[in-house]
Amino acid sequence: MSTLLTPPVSTAIPSTLGSAALGNQPRPRRTERPRAAFFSPARLGIYAFLISAALFFLLPLYVMGITSIKPMDEIRQGNIFALPLAITFEPWAQAWSSACTGLDCKGIAVGFWNSMEILVPSLLLSVFMGSLNGYALSFWKVKWANWLFGILMLGAFIPYPVMIYPLVRMFASINMFQSIPNIVLIHTFFGMPIMTLLFRNYYAGLPVELFKAARIDGGGFWRIYFQLMVPMSLPIFVVAVILQTTGIWNDFILGLIFAGRENFPMTVQLNNIINSTQGEKVYNVNMAATLLTSMVPLVVYFVSGRWFVRGIAAGAVKG
Amino acid sequence: MKNQRKGPKTAWAAQSALLPMGMVVLIAYVASILWTVRISFSSSKMLPKSDWAGITQYVRLFTNERWTIDMVHMVQFGVFFISSALILGFLLAVFVDQKVRLEGVFRTIYLYSYAISFVACGVVWQWMFNPTLGIQRSLQSWGWESARFDWIASQDMAIYCVVIALLWHSAGLVMAILLAGLRGVDEELWKAARIEGVPRWRYYVSIVLPQLGATVSTAVVLLAISVVKVYDAVVAMTNGGPGDATDVPSKFIMDNLFERQNIGLASAASTTMLVTVLIIIAPLMYARSRSKTAASH
Repeated sequence: MSTLLTPPVSTAIPSTLGSAALGNQPRPRRTERPRAAFFSPARLGIYAFLISAALFFLLPLYVMGITSIKPMDEIRQGNIFALPLAITFEPWAQAWSSACTGLDCKGIAVGFWNSMEILVPSLLLSVFMGSLNGYALSFWKVKWANWLFGILMLGAFIPYPVMIYPLVRMFASINMFQSIPNIVLIHTFFGMPIMTLLFRNYYAGLPVELFKAARIDGGGFWRIYFQLMVPMSLPIFVVAVILQTTGIWNDFILGLIFAGRENFPMTVQLNNIINSTQGEKVYNVNMAATLLTSMVPLVVYFVSGRWFVRGIAAGAVKG
Repeated sequence: MKNQRKGPKTAWAAQSALLPMGMVVLIAYVASILWTVRISFSSSKMLPKSDWAGITQYVRLFTNERWTIDMVHMVQFGVFFISSALILGFLLAVFVDQKVRLEGVFRTIYLYSYAISFVACGVVWQWMFNPTLGIQRSLQSWGWESARFDWIASQDMAIYCVVIALLWHSAGLVMAILLAGLRGVDEELWKAARIEGVPRWRYYVSIVLPQLGATVSTAVVLLAISVVKVYDAVVAMTNGGPGDATDVPSKFIMDNLFERQNIGLASAASTTMLVTVLIIIAPLMYARSRSKTAASH
């Protein structure tokens, strides 16, 4: 079912998100249209709708931003939408290095580094596994593997709670529960359906003659993979890295259960900071912490543009 | 598999390379799921037991008041979230597709929230809905003295707060999916419809929408699955409260697994969730296998 999901978005979207940055693509199109059309009531209605929708989407980002640079007195007395009278960056410093989670007060920096420690190996392992599976499934005839791939695709739709407890017991039985290797393997397991699908679809689109020629030249399984397939599939590696970076960074439930208390990822730390019941709520610090937590996926999104869209189109089936 | 190529038979390297995938599928997916289903028919409490208790856990589950409430919430989420996300996503896609200026900018804005984690999403909306310092006070300070917007603290309305937050998070995805579908609709159709005097809105409702059937059902399935497994956003935003006003099945399962030590009951709930997901994706699988057979003729 997932092959059904991937192609439409990935083919139709790329050209335009990227063009926002370039800014020159919409222009030729505009000249095709009579200029007066822009001022007609219908066009004004279209823009009115698009702009109000944009305000709805931007509002939380705006509120996060201004709340994070207001002093607490101003927040207590003022309007949530009002611009700050006195700008302070103290909340950002506090959020980063001294916000309290209910356990300790070392700030969200701890979570940032934990997330990095989880992200890097999970990313490398899951993308490598995905590309290897995709390559082997597309070019090599391994009968049992196609059955497993079918099950794996079905597995992409199964909610985590169905599988979590048995996995907890399994990892506990080999003394690996709640450690970095544990959470890395878990991300590799649950990232496998989408990673494998992504690469399999890409390799299935490559001309098979290429592979046959390499075989005739005496290339073996690994040599063809490293010297031919990996260099040829760099674009899909980019998509896979974007997809896994945002997916792993934004994960909450898996990190909460499998990472262990010392390795809680940034999302879990954020939730602990915001919803810790001790003391008075410091909304400016909370919002700074939320922005800090969202920084990595937002940078990935705004920098990667069309690549991100390809990724989420495929990744929508995940988890 | 349509794209399967005939490779060499001496493929032991390929077999061993696929071994990790095989183990993940068999152990992490198949064995885990079967284990959960098996435990749901046992009398397990704090520790998993391998006895046979029939459907005792299911009887306990469906007579459990909290679970019944959670299922009702899931249906409420399903109805309100899916319909609002579809409507907003469709409108965004149609309006963005009118050859507007700055199209790329609009699309970037509508989709960025999808890059943000559910936790951050829940947290920021929790702040906006804050009954004392949030939107309510802004409305009052702008002169609407009697404005009441304390939904998040209300038993009846809190669930709609979560719906709004999820809508903000996911409407852009629906837009992206439907926009791709819209771009595949033949432009000649509009030209023909215009000659017939069909108004623009009618063209979209009666001609385009039926053509987008497959795309819309993809979007519905994705949204439905996200409803079944919704967890992070609720934990961060309301933690299921006030009371149990926003409690959801995933939270029920997680609480019973890790806090209440009710393994059997949680497994019965997980199995119910599994069946729900299978029911949701079955039509899609069926449609896919049919289109595949049709294509091969």
